[in-house]
Amino acid sequence: MNNQRNPTISKGVDSTLIWLYLLLVAIGLMSIFSVTYHEGDEVVKSFLNFKTNYSKQLIFFAVSLLIGLFILLTDSKFFTATANIWYAFGILLLLLVFPFHTNIKGTESIIKLGGFNLQPAELCKVFVCLALAKYLSRVETDFSKTRSHLMAAGIVCLPLLITIAQKETGLALVFLAFFLVMFREGLPAGYLIIGFSLAVLVVATLLIDKDILAIILTVVAVIAIYFGWRFTRQRRELIIIVSIIWVTCVGVQRFAVPFIFTHVLQKHQVERIFSLIGRENPYAVLNTVEGDEPVATKKDTDYNVRQSKIAIGSGGFVGRGFLKGTQTRFDFVPEQSTDFIFCTIGEGFGFLGSLAVLGIYIFLLLRIVNIAERQRSVFSRCYAYGVASVFFFHIAINICMTIGLAPVIGIPLPFVSYGGTSLISFSTMLFILVRLDADRQMVLR
Amino acid sequence: MSVFNQSRSNIIRLIFLGLFLIIIAQLFNLQVIQGKYKVLAMENAVFAKVKYPDRGIIYDRKNRPILNNTIMYDLVVVPNEAKKTDTFGLCEILGIDTAEYNKRIIEARFKNGPYRPSIFEDLLEPQLQARLDENIWKFPGFALVERPVRVYPFNAAAHIMGYIGEADSNIIKRSGGFYHMGDYVGRNGLEAYYERVLMGQRGVEFLLKDNKNRLVGNYEKGRYDTPAVRGRNLHTYIDIELQQLAEKLINGKLGAVVALDPKTGGILAMASGPNYDPNTLTGPNKQKNYSRMVLDVKSPLLNRAIQGFYPPGSTYKPLGALIGLDEGVINQNSGISCTGAYYGCNKVVHCLEHWAGHSANLRLSIAHSCNSFFSDVFRKTIDNPEYRSARTGMVKWTEYMNKFGLGHRIGVDLPSEIGGNVPDTTQYDKEYRRSWNSCTMVTIGIGQDKLTATPLQMANAMAIVANKGYYYIPHFVKNFENETEQDTAMKKYRVKHEVLTHIPNDVYDIVQEGMQDVVEHGTAQVARIPGINMCAKTGTAENKTVLDGRVIQLKDNSMFVCFAPREDPKICVAVVVQNAGYGATWAAPIASLVVEKYLTDSIRAERLPEIKRISEANIIPDYFERLQFKTDSLRARKWFDLTKDSNYIRKYVPRQRITTSAKKQTPPPAAPVVMKPAKDVMINENLYAKRSTTDKRNP
Repeated sequence: MNNQRNPTISKGVDSTLIWLYLLLVAIGLMSIFSVTYHEGDEVVKSFLNFKTNYSKQLIFFAVSLLIGLFILLTDSKFFTATANIWYAFGILLLLLVFPFHTNIKGTESIIKLGGFNLQPAELCKVFVCLALAKYLSRVETDFSKTRSHLMAAGIVCLPLLITIAQKETGLALVFLAFFLVMFREGLPAGYLIIGFSLAVLVVATLLIDKDILAIILTVVAVIAIYFGWRFTRQRRELIIIVSIIWVTCVGVQRFAVPFIFTHVLQKHQVERIFSLIGRENPYAVLNTVEGDEPVATKKDTDYNVRQSKIAIGSGGFVGRGFLKGTQTRFDFVPEQSTDFIFCTIGEGFGFLGSLAVLGIYIFLLLRIVNIAERQRSVFSRCYAYGVASVFFFHIAINICMTIGLAPVIGIPLPFVSYGGTSLISFSTMLFILVRLDADRQMVLR
Repeated sequence: MSVFNQSRSNIIRLIFLGLFLIIIAQLFNLQVIQGKYKVLAMENAVFAKVKYPDRGIIYDRKNRPILNNTIMYDLVVVPNEAKKTDTFGLCEILGIDTAEYNKRIIEARFKNGPYRPSIFEDLLEPQLQARLDENIWKFPGFALVERPVRVYPFNAAAHIMGYIGEADSNIIKRSGGFYHMGDYVGRNGLEAYYERVLMGQRGVEFLLKDNKNRLVGNYEKGRYDTPAVRGRNLHTYIDIELQQLAEKLINGKLGAVVALDPKTGGILAMASGPNYDPNTLTGPNKQKNYSRMVLDVKSPLLNRAIQGFYPPGSTYKPLGALIGLDEGVINQNSGISCTGAYYGCNKVVHCLEHWAGHSANLRLSIAHSCNSFFSDVFRKTIDNPEYRSARTGMVKWTEYMNKFGLGHRIGVDLPSEIGGNVPDTTQYDKEYRRSWNSCTMVTIGIGQDKLTATPLQMANAMAIVANKGYYYIPHFVKNFENETEQDTAMKKYRVKHEVLTHIPNDVYDIVQEGMQDVVEHGTAQVARIPGINMCAKTGTAENKTVLDGRVIQLKDNSMFVCFAPREDPKICVAVVVQNAGYGATWAAPIASLVVEKYLTDSIRAERLPEIKRISEANIIPDYFERLQFKTDSLRARKWFDLTKDSNYIRKYVPRQRITTSAKKQTPPPAAPVVMKPAKDVMINENLYAKRSTTDKRNP
């Protein structure tokens, strides 16, 4: 972006964000190049023939820049005004997937448009972000009321549920990131605590035998009642509350988790979760109702993370050098230009390189949070937090899954992973933010 | 916009930073703390391919290769690429059915996976290879791959050269990891003895492989590769034509021929009968041929020249005479009156000659091989008045024998040599409870009793007589390519062993004269070669064997030792033909032919019928047929006991009996029914166990 020549666009634009963006896309292109490149290929030629992944990514980047330019040329009010329409459009796209989807790698979330695979679930993040910001910034919204909490949650959960129905649980989980925005906007901490407790309970369910866990929960409940008995006079309510909590916990642990694992989550996702915690899948038998044998998968899911860890680990402190990594160059790591792109960085440039990339990301995130905090308009602030949360979720989960800290749920690394829809939607999100930030003196409703 | 929300932005920042710190910690753990991932990545991607060097070639004295390398072809298959192959066409060429084809493909998949080549059929016959080569385009996924194979151009010297085989787990363990699975190792003969010289140095090539184990190129452009170093060639003393002649002559007999050059200790020829063509142990049918030979009771794989030990019989007499002369118990004029037997001890030692005067002096006694005379000489040696007891005399005699290279392994450059036996006082002490005298073992004087030696030792003892006191350890290899200071293998063969040079030359002359008389007008006149002064000694050793619980008197072992020419010995020969009769009938002509061939480089035309007669004669004793039957039936019975599989035993048992016994299926096998035909087999089970010993040592 040339700041001097085009004052109408460049005025107020946060150049730091743009530079970080360009840097990350460059790192991405380089990583994809090092995966696909074979010795003896003519570099310039293959960059321009649009057949290899990296030259395709180059086109996607060009398209993103074009869209970015358009966004910078529009008025900020356009986004507040059209946020709900975009949201409706997004939901419509998501619904269109059901009749028109093509089956690629077990997901049912992709529409094939000529040579381009459109994944509406990726794009929808932008629209949800806008719509949530719009809702939260309405004058009539009082975000201290439970009703508005539910409304906001509904905005987020509608696309989430549709995405789950498309067997893209990974992308669906991304929508959960928007709860951070709501937290910022005053969602009582209790919700997060409850959410966190639920997460702990689910993990505990996976790790501990269900009967033992039930006993533990009962013991905790009894102890709570015993101590509560001494300190409170409203003993009746205490017993009721504790009982409700106990019933909920046991219900989650006994029925909800098995139900989710057998009916909501995909079989391979269940396998991944169990391979992450290093256990046999106890629901394997239930999963086989669909007709596959349960044995072969375990090794397979293990394989991805194992190879990915080997790739990153073998990078060592300074890395094996650009184009020198054997793990990534000879296809040991699956999905390495998309979900496992971080392996290329880890193997080629080692701990230092990974640290540098992580540094860029954290700098980007904190920068966005700072930008959010300097907005006068609630819409802009909410939107900025939405962007930060989505980016954070993607970055953290993606890297964690390559280093074996999170289950493999198949979400891309922003700006670096190969993929048209993801690059374009992330760029769009960022450019809208830049546009809004440029008009930060305005109060948008 | 309430104020408390301001603090929440900090909480969000903290959440961001916290998770990133966790990621960094894990990255630090993976990349910096744990070193194993580098190794794992190397194991994943780098394949160290061993490059096998060509083994060294073995040449004879005239630089003709006795053992060479050639290329044979294996048919290999990459299962995944072979899906469109013309299965029927291939099966037709190979002569297998589709079921077999599918079985092999599945095996290949199982062994090396679907993307890597596995052997489909190894070591193709040349015609088969030619047919496949023409049609290979019809069979995608199949390829012919070269494989080096050892070949013996002269079809000779099997026992000397030995053979190679894949290293088994024992060899790998013993070598301390030097050998790996799939390495070929010399398993016998020179191949085994000079393994480190012949094998060369393995090379290694580091190749990159991808996630499907396909090789995709060199690692680091071959910077860490080591080229294979070809094995070094051996140059031997062997005269391959002489070797072929010796093998031809000993074929169809049990026995051995050893010819060596007394000046250097170099072995010119060494043949053992029965014989085999070494090429049968290389080609496509090697496993089949090998097992056939292993199961043969005549043990064609046994090198009788170094592993068969025989009582030397009369061939010992020149040594006895030398010891007697050196000890001063006799002189060249000593004589004895013999009328066909020696009566000096309680037992009678018979002599083949009756006429008076055949033992009038030493020279005559050697020429006519008088048993009485040499029994007497032996007794005088033991009861030498210089030493006060027979014990000391015996010790002294043993010392002499050891100096003649008897009673211990002589150290030839072949594995598994046997030392023979020179009895000493402890052996007799044990047997006779320390009460023995020179009469106890008087037959040692005529080379019998407990005295045994290998043909190689006999030849070497002759070399000492021919050289008048010294010898070099008999060996095959003259030198090898690029020999350096570090190669110690040849050192011991270049040391002159002056064991008996203290005996004056004229003493040797006396004995040599007697030995020359043996050929000129003694027991071995058939061996005479005009124009060559040959010194020789015939030998005839009695032997018996035990079969079916009976002692069988076998024909005598026919032995012959000689060296020629007397003035300047160039060749020493020892021949043993088991159970053939007199020394002069079989062993002498064989030795004589070998000497003539070597010294004159040809054989007179009038002797050609003799070669024909000897080479076509089959003098393997009849009892081997019975022995073979017994061992085979015993083996079949053991197999039946072990597996209840009656396939093999059926041949030895009437049909209805085996079916009834099979029906019964009584766990401790219904002995009487099956046993009956092989009844005597059980009596002699220990004979079966010691089969090879009875074969080698004919008591």
